[in-house]
Amino acid sequence: MADIQYLPGKEPHPREHRLIFKNIDRQGWDTSIATYMADGGYDQLKKAIKMEPGSITDEVKKSGLRGRGGAGFPTGVKWGFIPPNNTKPVYLICNCDESEPGTFKDRYIVHQDPHQLIEGMVISAFAVGSHTAYLYMREEFPAAAEIMEAAIEEAREKGLVGKDILGSGFDLEIYVHRGAAAYICGEETGLIESLEGKRPYPRIKPPYFPAALGLYMAPTIVNNVESLCHVKHILEMGGEEYAKLGVERNTGTRILCVSGDVKNPGYYEVQVGTLTMRELLYDICGGPKDGREFKAVIPGGSSSKILRCDESFKIGRGEDAKDLDFWDIQMDFDTLAACGSMAGSGGVIVLDDSRKMSWVLNNINHFYAHESCGQCTPCREGNGWMKKLSDRIVNGQAAPEDIQTLEDVAYQIDGKTICAFGEASSWPVEAIIAKFRDELTAETSENNQRLSKEQLAREEYLVK
Amino acid sequence: MSQDILENAVASEETPGSQHFKPFEATAEIEALADERITHYPVSKLSAVLPLLHIVQHHFGFISKESIDWVSAKLEVEKIKVLSVVTFYPGFRQSAPGKFHYRVCRTLSCAMAGSHELMDKICEITNIDRSKLSHHHPIVVSPCGNYSVEFAECLASCGSAPACLVNDDFHDKVAPDQAQELIDKYPV
Repeated sequence: MADIQYLPGKEPHPREHRLIFKNIDRQGWDTSIATYMADGGYDQLKKAIKMEPGSITDEVKKSGLRGRGGAGFPTGVKWGFIPPNNTKPVYLICNCDESEPGTFKDRYIVHQDPHQLIEGMVISAFAVGSHTAYLYMREEFPAAAEIMEAAIEEAREKGLVGKDILGSGFDLEIYVHRGAAAYICGEETGLIESLEGKRPYPRIKPPYFPAALGLYMAPTIVNNVESLCHVKHILEMGGEEYAKLGVERNTGTRILCVSGDVKNPGYYEVQVGTLTMRELLYDICGGPKDGREFKAVIPGGSSSKILRCDESFKIGRGEDAKDLDFWDIQMDFDTLAACGSMAGSGGVIVLDDSRKMSWVLNNINHFYAHESCGQCTPCREGNGWMKKLSDRIVNGQAAPEDIQTLEDVAYQIDGKTICAFGEASSWPVEAIIAKFRDELTAETSENNQRLSKEQLAREEYLVK
Repeated sequence: MSQDILENAVASEETPGSQHFKPFEATAEIEALADERITHYPVSKLSAVLPLLHIVQHHFGFISKESIDWVSAKLEVEKIKVLSVVTFYPGFRQSAPGKFHYRVCRTLSCAMAGSHELMDKICEITNIDRSKLSHHHPIVVSPCGNYSVEFAECLASCGSAPACLVNDDFHDKVAPDQAQELIDKYPV
């Protein structure tokens, strides 16, 4: 791929391995189908359409691809949950509700490389036997909705979407469905409810997977944008070859989105697990801002548990047990899980020593209080309380006991809700309190107006 | 006694921005756009409720009582079903915004990069009373009706924070001191 030129200042870092982001910020690249096809685009679809659908699923299983939306569930296994004796239509849904704070990868795919996603969707739909696919686009991407609809039309003109794709007899319609600014629509059953035209209240489990009962009570596969794009590359490389990328059980590449207090924030596509925290933050992201030191990292979107930069972890069991320093953490699903956090959606938020944890906690609590759908009482009420308690801390009105109350509330949400939003909203609180209790306690014990009037005014609208 | 469910439930009120938007009218163009969208959902017309509301909001600025009536008739569903969607999703407004609606990202990475200060600046320049912005009043319109502001939750551009949307246009890396420059891009 030496012939690919990128826009000045947007060149990939040498440590990157670009599959999905190959065409992002590429010189001379545009969203037209001509550009995509001149670069070998849709060749994998042409190959796939002649294969047995089951063998595509087998390749995806062999590849070890784990969902890139947040949960890290094996994509091929998910596809396999469609009941074998199914007689209902099967739906494929692409989840582009990208809204986990810290995550900004799907944005670039749908804005700059729409045909890669369409190719991935058509191949995946063919593999699971779906003739209707919906692309659930978050409302805040109005331009992307237009780009994707135009791209789908272009693909239709070339016989790559619609009736009798490439003369194979396989039909597939893809429709773009815009959300309306609700984070909960990223939860797959909430998304399905939203697509059915209702409030996006997540569904009670079981059934655990919409592959059994999903959209219109028919089998439905919901995959993240990045996951669907990977399918194209798995077919190109072969499942086994793809599985050689990355490390065992954490195969392929993934896009790490780094934001916050680093010199070079941005998106970096790397082989999963081949990079340590030190390499990511220092070698790739250029280290802390001048005169600052790293304090903590939220490794996989704002719902993942925060890690302190001076922490070490005991991971593994029995003979394999070992100590792992924060800086040696490999950025993969299993290592981050062993450290008590998660790789989540790949959104890495970096905090330096200028950040007060109470302020960070408060910002996160406001997000979840705003986004709780209100269906389950512990989440609806609890998130409101967590927001109010952390408001008190940042406003200098909290007593040290409030920290304990805040922690108690968090543990009363965790595990007591229909969907994972309960964990998503309470884990950050639990982790920040557990790891920065001293800092929070010191702030509340002094109980003085630490924030300036301007800063208070800044958050004032939130306090009301 | 039967009463229209929408009578007291729709919170539309006049704002200075109302001057920029036509009252809702189901024109031939709007009907055609809606009919096309409905074909995307062969199994259930109710699925088209979000797309139809988007059409309404795009053309008329906000979701009025009259437009809810029209959507429910169009989709042959009860009004309450449409209303329950309108009142849930933060993306749907029930009153007119300004001619240029600024949505600034409130969430962590953008806040760290100064998005709240950006909001302060935008309010200052557009003569919007920042203190009126609250959880219950997420949108505030300038007295002249040309501008309105709202905090958005994570716009998924954390690596190039602070980010904001002006109507449908996306802008990133907008430092607070570039607020004037941004506003100048949208002359009234």
